[in-house]
Amino acid sequence: MSDEAGSSPAVRLRGIEKRFPGVVANHDVDLDVLPGTVHAIVGENGAGKSTLMKILYGVQSPDGGTIEVEGRAVTLGSPADAIELGIGMVFQHFQLADNHTVTENVVLGAEKLHGIGAAASRRIQEISDAYGFGLDPDQLVEELGVGQRQRVEILKVLYRGARIIILDEPTAVLVPQEVDALFANLRGLKAEGITLVFISHKLDEVLAIADAITIVRRGATVATVTPAETTARDLAELMVGAELPSPTTSESTVTDEVVLAVEGVSLMAGERPLLQDLDLRIHRGEVLGIAGVEGNGQTELVELLMGMRKPDTGSIRVGDRDVTRWSTRRRRESGIGYIPEDRHRHGLLLDSPLWENRVLGHQTRKPSARGPWIDRRGARADTERIVERFGVRTPSVDTTARALSGGNQQKFIIGREMSGDPVLLLAAHPTRGVDVGAQAAIWEDIREARRQGLAVLLVSADLDELIGLSDTIQVILRGRLVGAFDPRDVTPQSLGSAMTGATTEVR
Amino acid sequence: MRRIVPGLVAPVLAFALALGVTLLVVVVSGASAGTFMSVVFDVPAERNVVNMLNNASMLYLSALAAAVGFRMGLFNIGVEGQYRIGVFFAAAFAGQAWLPGPLNVVVAILVAMLAGAAWAAIAGLLKVTRGVSEVISTIMLNAIAVSLTAYLLRQWGIRPENGGEIRTVPIEEGSRVPGFDIPFLPGAPNEVFGLAVLAVVAGIAFGVVINRTRFGFELRATGASPTAAVASGIDVRRKVVVAMLLSGGIAGLVGLPLLLGSTYTYTSTFQAGLGFTGIAVALLGRNNPWGIAVGAVLFAYLSEQATRLELLVGISSELVVVTQGVVVLAVVIAYEVAGRYRRAQEQREVAEKLAETPGTPGNQEVAR
Repeated sequence: MSDEAGSSPAVRLRGIEKRFPGVVANHDVDLDVLPGTVHAIVGENGAGKSTLMKILYGVQSPDGGTIEVEGRAVTLGSPADAIELGIGMVFQHFQLADNHTVTENVVLGAEKLHGIGAAASRRIQEISDAYGFGLDPDQLVEELGVGQRQRVEILKVLYRGARIIILDEPTAVLVPQEVDALFANLRGLKAEGITLVFISHKLDEVLAIADAITIVRRGATVATVTPAETTARDLAELMVGAELPSPTTSESTVTDEVVLAVEGVSLMAGERPLLQDLDLRIHRGEVLGIAGVEGNGQTELVELLMGMRKPDTGSIRVGDRDVTRWSTRRRRESGIGYIPEDRHRHGLLLDSPLWENRVLGHQTRKPSARGPWIDRRGARADTERIVERFGVRTPSVDTTARALSGGNQQKFIIGREMSGDPVLLLAAHPTRGVDVGAQAAIWEDIREARRQGLAVLLVSADLDELIGLSDTIQVILRGRLVGAFDPRDVTPQSLGSAMTGATTEVR
Repeated sequence: MRRIVPGLVAPVLAFALALGVTLLVVVVSGASAGTFMSVVFDVPAERNVVNMLNNASMLYLSALAAAVGFRMGLFNIGVEGQYRIGVFFAAAFAGQAWLPGPLNVVVAILVAMLAGAAWAAIAGLLKVTRGVSEVISTIMLNAIAVSLTAYLLRQWGIRPENGGEIRTVPIEEGSRVPGFDIPFLPGAPNEVFGLAVLAVVAGIAFGVVINRTRFGFELRATGASPTAAVASGIDVRRKVVVAMLLSGGIAGLVGLPLLLGSTYTYTSTFQAGLGFTGIAVALLGRNNPWGIAVGAVLFAYLSEQATRLELLVGISSELVVVTQGVVVLAVVIAYEVAGRYRRAQEQREVAEKLAETPGTPGNQEVAR
């Protein structure tokens, strides 16, 4: 689409720099996005992609460098400035009100354009038809699927007159089939001359959709390539600056000793079932993977097993003991380790030193406690051990958890949860938001746990991770387990079908 | 050192700022800043020092009561009502002289704690069973406490033969707690309340429980992150009730040094306001037993000097309340700034640590 010779780039960044206390988030960022193209920005988590996009959308101001939009040097003080210049952003986490209609969601904050009535609805219908979004302006957002909601988000920025749209990891919440639909929409937008900046770390997708790919590593743009001249392997190596690890499990260590047995468990939220009639078993030395689109009951299942929620029916047994009515503390004491999906909310006291975080969740057990007293010396010594053994990068055990990077926080949590001879490890999205180095270490830790004979429940949105680490994969859909798969002969596509309910394959 | 210095700089700067603002108000109100300073920073007479210590002991207890709640993110604004209830029941009980001498004192202290705890428990239970914010319920319970004690006083109190206010039966000689002289204040005509030692005992107990015990850890963890506390097996609802009981129990002690050391009876004009000032002192002292001690002494000092301000030079003593208010505000801001500085400092340290290690972050761990 870049055949209009002489036309200036839609976006040109030169020497962008952004510093936070103690960290340089971006430096030496140079980027040329040609009009009417899909330009992908790839990089590891924490490489500085998000900061870069926030700068382009006016959320944050750069400390240095220049920004040009359609050939004019601009200063973006706020998202309002960006919208004024025709730049829109679709966030990874949707910002929609469920109990309002598509029209109401779209016009919110842009009432001046076409009012809030019939004129607005008409305009929304026009845009939806023009790009084949298939949205009904009067439908309630709560009735829409994830893919449709994302189209509402895109429609929102188009409605505001965006000619340049930034999409922040748009495929993170989608299953493979929905990704295909999204890409069809994006191609439609491109054909109309819209410029798309596509942020992702999923290389296959990037190669499928992008016209140009810029790689960000450690805050700087390191290369810009075209899909024709590159492979996923090359991209990965540019991203990491090293060989890319992959999750693979060696020979089976599964035994016939049942560690966790869940039978007929249901959980209701009023009339609405969150979990329905769930049965699952995990044996010693087995990793059971749970695949599913987020929000289908994974969070509830893990919280139920941790005792943070109580089931309405059914029973949970760990070993030969019925723990259904046990408190979280008792379950932890009996050997359940927990790697929560949101480590900041559930796993850490961010402003407390690491050694106090070692005590968290283990405050009743050695070496953190002696009777009613906290054993400071014991906890500190054991924190040193975790830092050493799990490779946590920290100046000392007195450093607050907040100061560590996400990957190091997660390695610390895994070290803590593997302490005290656990028999069952509940790992919810253990590698979410961590860099590739930490990811490899975490995978190795889970394999090690399996070798030591732990039963592991692995919930993840990363299908490669699930396939690579699990002995069995169960698919969860609308609170039910809808199918079991053998990771040795399953593909992301077949899992994706089961996750959306397109097919059900029972082994 | 890098950690300690900002810790000290913050309160000193905050106090300087508070003084500056007060002086500004003094000047605007038409008085002389010099006169104000000379009175406020005049060395107090020994008698005034004893008053200060007496007041500080009660403020300390009050602040401690508030701090127990603050440490776990509970805003017990009801210390005022809890100490009023506590001191009333202690006075009513001790006045009956059912028990002899010192035993009467010991049981009266327990009665005060139980009454304060029971009053606070109402708010705690409302929070865990009905989800009522403790801020709202404790404020309303303060108002109810005033009315309830006034009503009970009318029911059970006596009116002295020579006239005067209705009061509880005065505590007998044998159950009064004698004061003591401070060695370095030989000239003071008055004594420090005997039960001022309650403040010291409570302060030590608070420090040990909060910092060294499992219970204290769980309390702080709940305050730092209720969600992480739940995930870590802490029964947060139970902790809310227990913390409220503890906070109310300490609040029950607040009025005892005065009751058993000076007034010996409860009247509706029994010293009020300690509960609210205690909240400010807790904030000033960052909920830390040492910090609260400094805050309590500072507040008691300012209040004591304020009375002289009015008597000697005719400057309104309320101006000192401005200083007290601004110092709390300034300390909160100063600590926030210091905290941000410290966090940034720490992130720099971590970044340096990472920079020291050779190789990319990936390689080493993969090789492990």
